Amino acid sequence: MSGKTVTRADLSEAVYQAVGLSRSESAELVERVLELVSDELVKGKNVKLSSFGSFQVRSKNERVGRNPKTGEEVPILPRRVLVFKPSNVLKSQINKNMLNSGK
Amino acid sequence: MIKSELIQKLAEENPHLFQRDVENIVNAILDEITGALARGDRVELRGFGAFSVKNRPARMGRNPRTGEQVAVAEKHVPQFKAGKEIRERLNK
Repeated sequence: MSGKTVTRADLSEAVYQAVGLSRSESAELVERVLELVSDELVKGKNVKLSSFGSFQVRSKNERVGRNPKTGEEVPILPRRVLVFKPSNVLKSQINKNMLNSGK
Repeated sequence: MIKSELIQKLAEENPHLFQRDVENIVNAILDEITGALARGDRVELRGFGAFSVKNRPARMGRNPRTGEQVAVAEKHVPQFKAGKEIRERLNK
């Protein structure tokens, strides 16, 4: 593992390489894709990106939690959480490459 | 929303781009994330979330039906942690 961190800049670069647009427009499009996905999730809708995975919004009920340091009981309020379910394609891509690299 | 609907929306917002280009843009983003994870890299998208790969070491499993022991090979699984901004927006 190279332990590098990929960021928006790398995604913009990938878009720039793939399509003949300016770097600034590529960056804006990356941002817009993330916004469109986020907006949909905030509306409570799921986002399914085939061969990548799906983002799902789950509603959690209130439950009693505990402060691990003090042992004090605190209520955890009902909330919505975002979960990502990787597609089989993504999972197999990850394992294929790792095996090839001898990991 | 599915991928084709995302592409559709983005295409409507960018009438100067060909549908084909918009498809390539969305795929380039997803492929870049997939490629990074396949290399074992982390992908951090501030406000949205972070993708990483976790290692699950090889272990001895058991066939729950027969009770027979089976070797389970080491594997790598992708993980996603939602970013602060989106977590807050989900609960507003």
